[in-house]
Amino acid sequence: MAYPTSYRYTREHEWIQIDGIVGSIGITNYAQDSLGDIVFVDAPKVGDSVEAGKVFGSVESVKAVSDLYSPVSGMVTAVNEELVTAPEKINKAAHDAWIIKVQMTKPAEADSLLSAEDYEKFISEETGD
Amino acid sequence: MSSSSAASTASSPLRKTPLNAAHRQLGAKMVDFGGWDMPVEYSGLIAEHMAVRTRVGLFDVSHMGEIQLRGPEALDAVQLVSMNDASKLSEGQAQYSALLTPEGTFVDDILVYKFSPNDYLLVVNAGTQIKDFSWIKKHTQRFHCHVSDYSNYYSQFAIQGPRALEVLKKLTSVNLEAIKNYRSVWGQVCGLHNTLISRTGYTGEDGFEIYVPSDEATSTRVWNEILEAGREFDILPCGLGARNTLRLEASMPLYGHEITEETNVLEAGLGRFCKLEKTAFLGQEALLKLQQEGGPRRQLIGLEMTERGIGRDGYPVCTVEGEEIGIVTSGSPAPFLKKNIALAYVPLAYSQLDTELAVKIRGQNVRARVVNQPFYRRPKQQS
Repeated sequence: MAYPTSYRYTREHEWIQIDGIVGSIGITNYAQDSLGDIVFVDAPKVGDSVEAGKVFGSVESVKAVSDLYSPVSGMVTAVNEELVTAPEKINKAAHDAWIIKVQMTKPAEADSLLSAEDYEKFISEETGD
Repeated sequence: MSSSSAASTASSPLRKTPLNAAHRQLGAKMVDFGGWDMPVEYSGLIAEHMAVRTRVGLFDVSHMGEIQLRGPEALDAVQLVSMNDASKLSEGQAQYSALLTPEGTFVDDILVYKFSPNDYLLVVNAGTQIKDFSWIKKHTQRFHCHVSDYSNYYSQFAIQGPRALEVLKKLTSVNLEAIKNYRSVWGQVCGLHNTLISRTGYTGEDGFEIYVPSDEATSTRVWNEILEAGREFDILPCGLGARNTLRLEASMPLYGHEITEETNVLEAGLGRFCKLEKTAFLGQEALLKLQQEGGPRRQLIGLEMTERGIGRDGYPVCTVEGEEIGIVTSGSPAPFLKKNIALAYVPLAYSQLDTELAVKIRGQNVRARVVNQPFYRRPKQQS
């Protein structure tokens, strides 16, 4: 599975797609595969702040809960309402299913995130494949 | 994202069933389950769960243990360690039971089969098999009875679902319709002359558990033949993930969760499988005393989440005001019922049907209600 080269990634398996100073954030295909069938997304509200490296919500599958760590700091400008009734969209197309959009207060934070190539290397080391 | 599901951190190598290569070939996600390298899911937990509820699914449960008691005092030995009354069994019949400590708490839950007056099989959980075998041997020393561990000799498969009978029918000439619930026969399956066929299961659906020789070639062949026979019914191989959500919907206890060495028979709601009036058995005295003292102080209840959230294993149960009063023993989304359900221990005062409670989920009190059990009961068979 190709990881979009225009996205940036975290070691906690989030992706961020940046458009100007707004970033769309989701979880990677590796993450959805590890979790299994996703049944619940706990997202913040529009207007909430998020902080780079801090938990901003959670994603739940039938068997597990996973905290979501924000790649960047900023303010939530949009929340994907589709995921309330159809959280399985994350399983079907993880790299399209954004969870929140954030207006970044420190855009330079994105520079320390992983490239697609670095992320793929990271997960192959994690799985030992 | 952080994952809270168990990862394999084996310090000693994981044990494998004979089907291990077959599971990996089917693309199963593997997990460490009590020291065993087992499939947790293949195509997806929800798909597997729904296959069992609406069609048929196949489980490899070869990690479970088989302990046989034989000899002129085999029944006496079984009666001492097992809480149910094995003297009521007819030949081929099975009963749900448990091995109890002298305090009336659980060493393990088991199935007891009677093959003949001097021959009994106890089927035990994978994670407790070694403990159970030692326990039984220790407490039955004085009886003229051999206790033998056959766990490594058998592979066990569970074929579960409304179409399970039709699948197995293609692989045997044994009259499966004649095998009533919790009965078993020995017969020919997949050309093997010595297969134990049992109308039992851990899913709340109709189905069969079969016991075949554990050599890899035979076990794999039987596994593949079942999948092939089930193809026309869209059979799915099912992992431990679906096994857990299925048994939870059916309100069936899981050792280490609802039943442990710290929980007693009466609070677990399993008194109907515990024959306190039979001859002396381990745990009997303590349970009679508990009864005389007014019974258990807490009760295992079923909860349904009424607000958005999933109450999971180990989460606190609270009053609606937020006072912690109990604990969730098993909790999960229920794929068939499309609700979030849980089993939990609460004090008697909070155990009445429709009582409004809450589960503390990551600091938040999320509302739940005490509901009837079992959460799910399969529809009556059309005759």
